[in-house]
Amino acid sequence: MNIVFIVLPFALLIAGGVLAAFLWAARSGQFDDMETPGRRMLLDDVPIKKEDKELE
Amino acid sequence: MATCIHCSLPLPAASEVIFNEDGRAFCCTGCRSVFAVIHGAGLEDFYALRGSEQGAVPKRSGRAFEEFDDEEFHRLYVRIGADGFLTVELYVEGVHCNACIWLVEKLPGLAPGVREARLDFGRSVCAVTWDPTRIGLSQIARHLDLLGYSPHPARGGKSRELRRGEERKEIMRLGVAAALAMNAMLIAFALYGGILSGMEDNMRDTFRTYSFGMAALAVFWPGRTFLRGAVASLRTRTAHMDLPIAMGLLAGLLGGAYNTFVGRGEVYFESVAFLIFLLLFGRFLQNRQQRAARDSLELLHSLTPSRARRLDAEGEFREVPASALLPGDRIELRALDSVPADGRIVEGESALDRKLLSGESRPVRAIVGDEVLAGTVNLQSRLVVEIETVGEATRLGQLLSLVESAAGRAAPLVRVADRMAGLFTLLLVFLSVGTLWYWWAIDPAAAVENSVALLIVACPCALGLATPLAIVVAVGRAARLGILVQGGEVLERLAKPGLVYLDKTGTLTRGEMSVVEWMGDDRDRGWIHGLEAISSHPLACAIEAWAGETRGAQLSSVKEYIGLGVEGELRTSMGFEVVRIGSLAFMDANQVEISPALSDRIAKLLARGLSPVVASKGSTAVSVFGLGDALQKDAKAMIDELRLGGWRVGILSGDHPEVVASVARELGLESELVFGGVSPEGKLQAVESAMKFGPVVMVGDGVNDAAALAAATTGVAVEGGAEASLAAADVYLSEGGLRQVARLLDGSRRTLLTIKRGILISLLYNGVAAWLAMTGRIDPILAAVLMPVSSLTVVSLAYRARTFRAL
Repeated sequence: MNIVFIVLPFALLIAGGVLAAFLWAARSGQFDDMETPGRRMLLDDVPIKKEDKELE
Repeated sequence: MATCIHCSLPLPAASEVIFNEDGRAFCCTGCRSVFAVIHGAGLEDFYALRGSEQGAVPKRSGRAFEEFDDEEFHRLYVRIGADGFLTVELYVEGVHCNACIWLVEKLPGLAPGVREARLDFGRSVCAVTWDPTRIGLSQIARHLDLLGYSPHPARGGKSRELRRGEERKEIMRLGVAAALAMNAMLIAFALYGGILSGMEDNMRDTFRTYSFGMAALAVFWPGRTFLRGAVASLRTRTAHMDLPIAMGLLAGLLGGAYNTFVGRGEVYFESVAFLIFLLLFGRFLQNRQQRAARDSLELLHSLTPSRARRLDAEGEFREVPASALLPGDRIELRALDSVPADGRIVEGESALDRKLLSGESRPVRAIVGDEVLAGTVNLQSRLVVEIETVGEATRLGQLLSLVESAAGRAAPLVRVADRMAGLFTLLLVFLSVGTLWYWWAIDPAAAVENSVALLIVACPCALGLATPLAIVVAVGRAARLGILVQGGEVLERLAKPGLVYLDKTGTLTRGEMSVVEWMGDDRDRGWIHGLEAISSHPLACAIEAWAGETRGAQLSSVKEYIGLGVEGELRTSMGFEVVRIGSLAFMDANQVEISPALSDRIAKLLARGLSPVVASKGSTAVSVFGLGDALQKDAKAMIDELRLGGWRVGILSGDHPEVVASVARELGLESELVFGGVSPEGKLQAVESAMKFGPVVMVGDGVNDAAALAAATTGVAVEGGAEASLAAADVYLSEGGLRQVARLLDGSRRTLLTIKRGILISLLYNGVAAWLAMTGRIDPILAAVLMPVSSLTVVSLAYRARTFRAL
C-alpha cells in the first residue's frame, strides 16, 4: 500500500493543474456570458438547402 | 392561418396585407423592408434557422443616428483598441431568438469596415468592433436599425464592468472551494474505510495531514469571506450569519488539527471543506441573480433618449449627445421630444407635459419667453429653446441630488436569517460549554471531542442556504411576471404589511387624458371628430378618440390656435357655419355664448377636477366635455385586495388637489392619507414622517417621486417612468397598474413564509445532530451524511415553494 504515498501527492498535483486552468478561464472571462455561446454553436453551420440535398 | 413571412404573426384583413414584388405577404411595410434587407444581403438563412419561432415586429426608428459620430458620444461609450480599431457596446432592441444572434453577428458582411459583432443574448448587448477609417458608427447603427434591431448606447458600462469583475472573482472562489471540497471528500472516503476495517497509523496520519491541508486552504482562501464577516459582526456587535459559520469552521479545523497532531480522536476536515463550498454556492446564486437584475435595469436606462438637436455653426440642427450641450446653445424640440436641459423658448408655441417632473396630469401651454425644464415632454409642435442651465444645476439635477441624499439616509434591514444568527450563536456557545462541563467529569478527552463535534454539526449550513435559495427562486419567478427586484432583502421588507403611498398618475390612473363626461347632441360627433383630427394636443386626441369617426361632415378652412383650440367651417344645409372646439378662454375670445345649463355643468366639472372643453356652432356653445385622467379598470378591486392583505393605502400626488381628491373619493380612500399638489420635497417629507410609525412602500413613476422612492422602506417604480425613479427604486414593474403591485406584495409575503419554513427545517436537522454530538454518538461519517441531506431538503423546499403567481 506504500504506493499511496506517491500516488496521493501526484493526484493532488493534477488536481492543482486543473484548478489553475479553471482559474485562468474564469479570469479571462470565459464564464462571463453563459447563454449566448450555447445558442451560437447551434447556428454556425448554414443549414442544408433542398437543392444541395438533391445533388447528393 | 396565413402569417407574415417576416414576423410570423397572423396577417391582417385582406385589404391591409402588403405584398412585395415577389408576391410574398407581409403584415406591415416594416416587415417588408426588413425582409428586403435580409434577402438583399443573402442572409435568407435567417428564416430557416429561426424555424417556427415568431419574429420581432420590427421597431425601426429610421433615424440617422448622427449623434453616434459625435466626439462626446465617443468619449462616453467608445473604447479604442490597441490595433486602432474602436469598440462600442450597443443595447439592441428586439433580440429574442437564436436566429437573431446569427443575424446580428453577420453585421461585418453587411457593413464593410465592421470587424466583429458579438451579441450577449441574455443582456441584449452587442459589442461591435470596427475600423474607423472605413466606416462611421452612425452607418453601423443604421445597418442594425435596418435589420430591425434598433441600437442604443449601452449605459452603465462602468458599473457593469465592476460587477463582471466581482462575478469572476466569485466564480474563482467557488471553483477553488469545489476542488478542495471534492478532494477532501475523496481522502475522507479512504479514512471512512479505515474507521470500518482498520488502517495503519502512519497511513491514517498521512491522509489526515493532506486532508487538513485541504481544509485549511479552504478556510483561509475561499472561506476567508466568512471569517471576515464574523470579525465585522463582532466589531459592530450586530448578529450576522457568518458568526456561527466561522465558529464551526474554526472549531472543525483547529480541533481536527489537534487530533491529527496527537494521532487520535476524530477529524471533520471534509465537512469543513464541503460546508464552505455549499455556502459559497448559495451566496453565488443570490449575488448572480442580483447582478443580472441590476444589469437589466441599467440597460433599460439606455432606452431613454439622451440626444438633442443642436444648432451648429452652419445654422443647421444636428443630433448630439445631450451631455454635450452648453448654456447658450440653441436646440430644436420636435413634437414628443423630451427636454434635455433647462432653458427658455425663443421660437414656437406648444403644450408641455410635465407629468414626470411634477405629477401634473394636464398639459401646460408654453409660448415664446416661457421657461422649459429638463425632464418635461414637448407635446404638440416644434420649439426652439435657448439653454440656460445644464446638468446638475437644472431642476431635474437638483431633484436627483435630493434622491442621493435620501438614499443615503435609508435604514439598513436586519434580515430574518441574521436575526436568527444572534440567537443561534448564543445557543451554540451555551451548549458547547455545557457539553464540555458535563463530559469533563467522565472523560476529559471525550469532552473536547464532543464539543468540537457539536460545533461542526450544528454549523448552520442549511440555514445559510435557506434564505438565498428561497430568494433566488422568488426573484426569478417575479422577473417572469415583469417584476424586477433589485436584491432579495427587498422581498423580506415587503412581506410585512404597512402603508402604501401611490402616485396617482400612471398607477391609479392611466396617465393619459380621456373624455370622462360629455353633454351635447350626439349628431355633432361627426364634425367634432373631423375638427379635432388636425390637432395633436392631448385633449384634442382624447376627444377625437371618443368621437369615433368623421361620418360625412364637410369641413373647410380648419385652423389650429396652439394651446387654445381649433376652428373650422362646417357645411350645412343653410350654407357655412363657423365651428370651434377649445378651452373656455378660446370661447370667451370669440364671444361664444354659453347657456346657463352648460355653464352649470362646467362649474360641476371644474369642482370634480376635470378639464372642461367646449364645442360651439356659430356663436353658441353646443357641447361640453369633461376630460380627465381616467382610473385604471381594476384600480378599485386591487385596492380592496391590498386592504385585505392588511395594507393601508394612501395617495401622494403632485397633481391638483381637487383632481386627487376626486380620485380618492371614487376609490374610497381615507382622506387623511390622501395628499394632492405635493412638491417632490413634500413627498419626501410625507414618506419620512410616515416611516416613524412603520414600513412605507412608495409606488411612483416620475422624477418628482424619485426622492420619496429612495427614502421609503421600499420604492417601487412603474413602467414608462423617468430614469431617475428607476435608479432610486428597489423594484421595477414593467407593466403599469395596481395588479402588479398586488402581485409583488403577495409574492413577498409568500417568499418570507418559504424562508421561515426553510429556517425551521434546517434548525430541526441541526437540533438532532447537536443532540447526537452532545451525547457522544456522532462520528464523521454521520456528520458528513446529515449535512448534505439537510441542505438538499432546504433546496428542494425552496424550489417547490409557490411564491410569485398571477393574481
